[in-house]
Amino acid sequence: MKLKNIVESIEKISDSQKQINIMEVCGTHTMAIHRLGIKSLLPKNINLISGPGCPVCVTSVNDLNKIIFLAKQKNVITLTYGDLFRVPGEKESLERVRSEGHDVRIIYSVLDSIKVANDNPEKKIIFIAVGFETTAPTTAALVEEVYQKKVKNLLVLSLHKTVPEALLALLKNPKIMIDGFILPGHVSTVIGSLKPYKFISDEYNKPAVVSGFEAEEILESILLLLKMFKEKKPSIINQYKKVVTSKGNIEAQRIMNKIFERTNAEWRGLGIIRKSGLKLNKKYVQFSVDNFFKISLPKAKENLACKCGEIIQGLKQPKDCLLFSKNCTPEKPIGPCMVSSEGTCAAFYKYGGYDV
Amino acid sequence: MCLGTIGKIKKIKYSEAIVDFSGNSRSVSLRLLPQAKVGNYILVHAGFAIAIADEAQAKENDKLIAEIIDEVKKYS
Repeated sequence: MKLKNIVESIEKISDSQKQINIMEVCGTHTMAIHRLGIKSLLPKNINLISGPGCPVCVTSVNDLNKIIFLAKQKNVITLTYGDLFRVPGEKESLERVRSEGHDVRIIYSVLDSIKVANDNPEKKIIFIAVGFETTAPTTAALVEEVYQKKVKNLLVLSLHKTVPEALLALLKNPKIMIDGFILPGHVSTVIGSLKPYKFISDEYNKPAVVSGFEAEEILESILLLLKMFKEKKPSIINQYKKVVTSKGNIEAQRIMNKIFERTNAEWRGLGIIRKSGLKLNKKYVQFSVDNFFKISLPKAKENLACKCGEIIQGLKQPKDCLLFSKNCTPEKPIGPCMVSSEGTCAAFYKYGGYDV
Repeated sequence: MCLGTIGKIKKIKYSEAIVDFSGNSRSVSLRLLPQAKVGNYILVHAGFAIAIADEAQAKENDKLIAEIIDEVKKYS
């Protein structure tokens, strides 16, 4: 489809002056929207809001402090994906902890951690598991393998979170004005496009589109949303049929259900959301860090000037934060929205567009 | 964080595939996608294949968008 045709249709269908707030839930969409200049192609009354779909950004300060505490223990090697490496807890980041001499390593696939465990039998290997439903099955596959191969020195801190529960929490908040959602495409490759999100249209009367990440795909998703607004027929549409099916990846769901159970999880900015976290279930709890380390940390104090929590709910824009681009930059980040390569503040800082 | 890259399966050995990403070959786990076959285009996330890319389904979507664009053209 030619971009020009899609953009023209968007202009024609959104002829009203009424502001329409569309939340792009996923951090990868936020980066794509800024990188591709999507906002400059849209009519002024369409307002794109970045949502809570950046796993690093929604990791609570309490959990970040716990990660730092674990990384500082004796005889441990901490493994993490790159996104989390520079995110500061209350006082310091994993990067800082490593510079103090502790063994913190970045891995690209979770299965690399088994090799690290086998090469270092005298140490405890701690894998920090952060991510949504796209990533959680890979951690589940690791735990299954560790169980089968009887690896004794690998532990997991599961901070995995699930997207639909966070959207339900947003919809329940009367302060948040969202008319429709662009849903994370790769999360739906696992959970499917329809059933987990049905409540958005059925109970809250709002449309949502599971979207791909190319310019054409994002614009098509916006067009589909506008069509549903216009006709007042909200439903959940799958724009990303190339890789997303309505039922998702059954094997990935099976392994997640086998290894994890639901738990309440703390989201930065959103607070505790019921049953939005995944922890190792009873059979696999022997691989949980909580089963090995006694951790009792004081409640974290957040930097009140950092508005990341409100930004990921669409209540504030990066420009509303006094720290943004002055005290808080990608080189010296204060909050997770600036640290993560998918954070809203990082996207606004890198690509500009805060006046669009 | 939920980044995914599409590549083509060249070889499969047990639950590991050698996948071609625009000329670069990498080993990818098929544990979450056991039905994948040689020749399939797959979406890979953090070293795991998580979905098969289906161009026929993508074309179905193109048809829907083309219909909407035609319909919107008729708006006054």
